Amino acid sequence: MAHIADVTFNLLFDGLAYGMILFIISVGLSVTMGLMGFVNLAHGAFAMAGGFVTVTLVGKLGMPFLPALLLASVVVGAASVPFERLLYRRLYKAGELDQVLMSVGLVLIAGAAFTFVYGPAPQALKLPAALDGPVTVFGQSLSAYRLFMVAVGFLLIAALWFAFERTGVGARVRAAVDNRRMAQSLGIDVDLLFTLTFALGSGLAALGGGLAVDITGLTPAFAVQYLVFFLIVVAVGGLGSLKGAFVAALLLGIIDNAGKYLYPEGGGYFIYAATMLLLLLRPAGLYGRG
Amino acid sequence: MAAADSAVTFLTERHRWHWSEALPWIVAVGCFFVFPGYLAFGAQILIAILFALSLDLILGYAGIVTLGHAAFFGAGAYTAGLLAARLGWSEPLSCLVLGAVAAAALGFVSGWFLLRYAGLTLLMLTLAAAVLLSEFANAQADITGGFDGVTGIEMWPLFGVFNYDLYGHTNYVYALATLFAVFLAARRIVHSPFGQALIGIRENTNRMRAIGSPVHRRLVTVYTISAGMAGIAGALFAETNAFVTLDVLSFQRSAAVLVMLIFGGTGRLYGAFFGAAIYMLLEHNLAKLNPQFWEFGLGAALVLTVLFARRGLLGLVEDFGARFRSAPS
Amino acid sequence: MTYKALLLGAALGLASAAVTAPFAAADTVKVGVVLTYSGVNAEYGDQITRAMELYQKLHAADIAPNKVEFIKRDSKAPNGAAAKTEVQELITQDKVNMLAGFVFSPDAIASAPLATEAKIPMIVLNAGTAWITNLSPYIARTSFSMWQSGYPMGIYAAKELKCKTAAVGYTDYPPGKDSLEAFKRGYVGNGGQMVDEVPMGNPAQVPDFTPFFQRVKDKKPDCFYVFVPAGVHATAVVKTYNDLGMRKAGVKLIGPGDIIQDTKLQQMGDNAVGLLTMGNYAADFKNPANVAFVKAWKEAYGKDSTPDFMAVAGWDGTAAIFHVVKVLNGKIDPDKAMAALKGWKFNSPRGPIMIDPDTRDVVQNEYVEKVIKVGDKLGVEVVHTTTAVKDPCKELKVDKCGQ
Repeated sequence: MAHIADVTFNLLFDGLAYGMILFIISVGLSVTMGLMGFVNLAHGAFAMAGGFVTVTLVGKLGMPFLPALLLASVVVGAASVPFERLLYRRLYKAGELDQVLMSVGLVLIAGAAFTFVYGPAPQALKLPAALDGPVTVFGQSLSAYRLFMVAVGFLLIAALWFAFERTGVGARVRAAVDNRRMAQSLGIDVDLLFTLTFALGSGLAALGGGLAVDITGLTPAFAVQYLVFFLIVVAVGGLGSLKGAFVAALLLGIIDNAGKYLYPEGGGYFIYAATMLLLLLRPAGLYGRG
Repeated sequence: MAAADSAVTFLTERHRWHWSEALPWIVAVGCFFVFPGYLAFGAQILIAILFALSLDLILGYAGIVTLGHAAFFGAGAYTAGLLAARLGWSEPLSCLVLGAVAAAALGFVSGWFLLRYAGLTLLMLTLAAAVLLSEFANAQADITGGFDGVTGIEMWPLFGVFNYDLYGHTNYVYALATLFAVFLAARRIVHSPFGQALIGIRENTNRMRAIGSPVHRRLVTVYTISAGMAGIAGALFAETNAFVTLDVLSFQRSAAVLVMLIFGGTGRLYGAFFGAAIYMLLEHNLAKLNPQFWEFGLGAALVLTVLFARRGLLGLVEDFGARFRSAPS
Repeated sequence: MTYKALLLGAALGLASAAVTAPFAAADTVKVGVVLTYSGVNAEYGDQITRAMELYQKLHAADIAPNKVEFIKRDSKAPNGAAAKTEVQELITQDKVNMLAGFVFSPDAIASAPLATEAKIPMIVLNAGTAWITNLSPYIARTSFSMWQSGYPMGIYAAKELKCKTAAVGYTDYPPGKDSLEAFKRGYVGNGGQMVDEVPMGNPAQVPDFTPFFQRVKDKKPDCFYVFVPAGVHATAVVKTYNDLGMRKAGVKLIGPGDIIQDTKLQQMGDNAVGLLTMGNYAADFKNPANVAFVKAWKEAYGKDSTPDFMAVAGWDGTAAIFHVVKVLNGKIDPDKAMAALKGWKFNSPRGPIMIDPDTRDVVQNEYVEKVIKVGDKLGVEVVHTTTAVKDPCKELKVDKCGQ
C-alpha cells in the first residue's frame, strides 16, 4: 500500500484539479445565469463554440495554444452579442420557463450546426509540449495540464473578483443586476451593460470550452453532455456569487475525487449526493443571496 | 350586481365542458382509422402526453419546477416491467395500478422532504434525487438488467382477450383509454377547490400561508398524485414496449417532458396534448427526413415558439380563438 | 379479433402479386438501417454508415440486376423504445426485407421480438452484449461480443505476459461488466491473481479517470486491464496512465481493442507506444483485403479519415446482406436468408470470418495489437493471433448466454 501522506496529497491535488475543471467549464454560466438571472441552458453551446474555434485556430491555422484560447473567447464573446440583442434580451422579463425553452432550442440548433460543420467525431487538440505529459512535484507524478488548469482557475477567479468588486463597471453591473430600474434612473445604460455582461459570460464559457477540450473531449454534443454539471456548480455555489461557484466547484471536485478513490463502486453517487446534501443544508447555495 | 353575476358565471362555467375540448379526442380516435400503420408510434405519443399531463399538474397548477420527474415515470416502468419479467405477474391493468402506487409512494416520500424548497434549489434537488435513483438502478443490475434492460416482458392479453400485435392496435386503444381516464381525474382535480388552492400557492405562496392554507400538505398531495400519474405513463411505456432500460430514469427524459410541456403551454392541461404531440411528431418526422441534422429543425421550432407564442403553442390557438370570437361582434 | 391475421393476409396477397408480376425481373431489397445518427453517439452511426455505403458502391455489380436500398433511421437515445418504434415502422410501413444496425445493446434487445414476430432477418452491426443472438432466430451478428476480446486477453495476460497480479478498470455498464467477467475467466482460470476491480462511472460522466487510476497505481498490479467505450473516453485512458507515471511504476496497461480505436489512435500521441490490446481489427493490418479496403476508404472519405473496428463490422454486415441477396436472387425469404447466413464465410479486412451456424454470431480471429511508432505516426503491429474465436460466453454457457 502506498504511504498515507502520498495518498492524501494525491487526493487533494486530483480533487482540486477536478474541481477547477468543473469551475472552468461552469464559470460562464455563473455570470449569465448567476448574475444576470437568465436560465441559460445554452451555456454549453457557447463553451462548445469556444472549443471548436480553439481547435480550428490551433489545428488548421497553426496558432499557438494560449493566444488561440484568448482569441476564441473574444470571438465567441463578440458573436454572442447578436444573440443577446435578438433573442435573450426579449426574454429578460419573461418567465424562467420561456428562457428554458429558448435556450434548449439553441442547444439543439447548435448541436446540429456544429455536426454539420465539424462532423460528429471528437476533435483533437495538440497541446504545447510544456503542458503535455507528467511533471514531478514532491516526488509525485502529476499531470502538467492539470497543474496549468489549477493555476488558470485561481487566475480567473482573481481577475473576476477584481473586475466585479473593484472597478466602476463592475459596480454598475452589480447595481443593474440588483435593481434594474433604480440603476436605470441613476443614468446607467443598463441595456448596454447587460449586453456586455452577457458577452463576458459567453466569452468565459468559450474560454472554459477551449481549456476543457483536452480533458472532456469535444464533440457537438458537449452542450448536452455536461449540462448537469454546469447547473450543479452554479446552484451549489449560489446564484449571483462567483466566489460561491468557485468554492462549490472545488468542494464538489474534492469530495467526488476522494469518494471515487476510496469507494469506486459508489462512483456515480458522490457528486449528486454531495449536491443534495449541500443544498439541503444551504438552500440558497453556499454564498447565495436569499 | 352585473360584475358579481359575471364573476359567479365565470366560476361556475369554468369547469363546464367546452365543445372545443372534444377536438383532441376526436383527432386521437380518428388517427386510429386514418393512420393504421403508425399506431405503435401513436401509442408512444399518447404516453408522452400522459407524462406531460402529470407534470402540468404540479408545474402548471402548483408552480413546482422539477427536473426529476422521470424518477416517477421510471418507478412505474420498472414496477410493471419487473412484475411481468421477474415475478410472473403480467396482467396489464393491475400492473398499471401497481406502477402508479409505487411511483406515488416515491412521490410522497420525496415530496415530503423536498417540497420545503423552491425555485432553482428544488430544481437541482429533484434532478440530483432522480440521478441517484438511476445510479441505484444501475447498481442493482442483477434485478434491473442495468443498461441492457429488463427483457422477457410478455403481458397477458388485455382483459384476457385483446392480444398485442405488430401494428400496435391494442396498444393504441389501451393508451388512449388510459389517457382519457387520467385526464378526467386531472381535470376534476384542477377545477376543484383543492386545484384553486394550488393556483393560489403558485401565484403567492406567502399569502396562502397567511390565510391559513396548509401549503406544504397541499403541495405534497398534488405531487403524490402527479407522481402516480407519471407512474401510470411509465408502466404503460414498459407494457407497450415490452422493455425497460435505465433511460426511463434519465435526466434527458425529465428535461424532455419539461420542454414538451412548456412548448405546448403550462397550466391548461391541453398544453400537454399540443406540446407532447407536436414535439414528438416533429422529432419523428424530421429525423426521417434527415437522421443527422433533425435537431436543428426541432430547436428552431422551440425558439420560434418562444418568440412568437407566449404561453406556448396553446397560447397561439387561444389568441386565434379570441380574435375569431371578438371579430363579428 | 386479430387485425394481425387480416393484415398479414393482405400483405401476403400483395407479396404474391409482386412475385407473379410480369415485369419483376430485378428486385430492390430494402434494408432498414437503425443507427445512432444524432447526439452524443452520432459518430458511431456515421462510421458504420460510411462502410456500408462504400461496400454498396463497390460491389453493386455482384448482385446486379438486383439492388439493395438502405432506409436510414436514427435510433436516438439508447432507450430501446425509440429504436423499436423505428423498426416497427420500417417493417409495417416501409416493408423492409431485412434490418441492420443497432449500435447499443438495448436497441437490439428491444427490437429482437419484432424480428421474430415479423420474420425479418436482423444483422447486428455493433451491439456487443453476448446473449443478443439468443433473443431471436432471425438475428445474426457481424461485429463482436465483448467476450471475444476479454477472454483471450485474460489468457494472454496470464500465460504470455506473465502478469502475476492484475487489476481491472471498467466503465460501469454491461459492455464493461462483460469485458471484466471475460477477462477474469481467462486470467484467473490460467493462474492469475486479481487485486482490484474498479468500476469507473458510467459513460455520461466527465471522463476523469484520475482517482481510479491512482487507486490502481497504489495497488501496484503487474497488469492493468481497462475497458472504456470507444470515443472520447479512450484518449483519456492513455493520457491518465501516462500522467500518473504508471508505466514507470511498473504497471502494464492492457485492454480490448476499443481503447486504441483507429480513429482515435493518432490523438493519443507517443504515450500510447507499447500499449497491448486484444482486438479484431486495426486499419494497419497488412492482409490484401484490408489494404484494398483502407485504400478505397481513403479515396472515398479523405486521407485523414480511417476505418476502424466499427466500420469493419458495417462492411462485413453489408457483405452478408449482399451474400443473401445474391444467393436468393433478390427474393428475400426470411428462413432461406438465415440459412444462407449460417456458416457464411467471408474474407474480411479483419481476416477470415464466419457466421457460426449454431449461434449466428461471428467467429473471428483475435489479435494482440501492439502500438508502435511508424515515422511520425502511430501504427499497430500484430504480435499474437488467436484464430477462429467463437463467443466464449456462449461456449462456456455463462449465465444468460447459456439459455
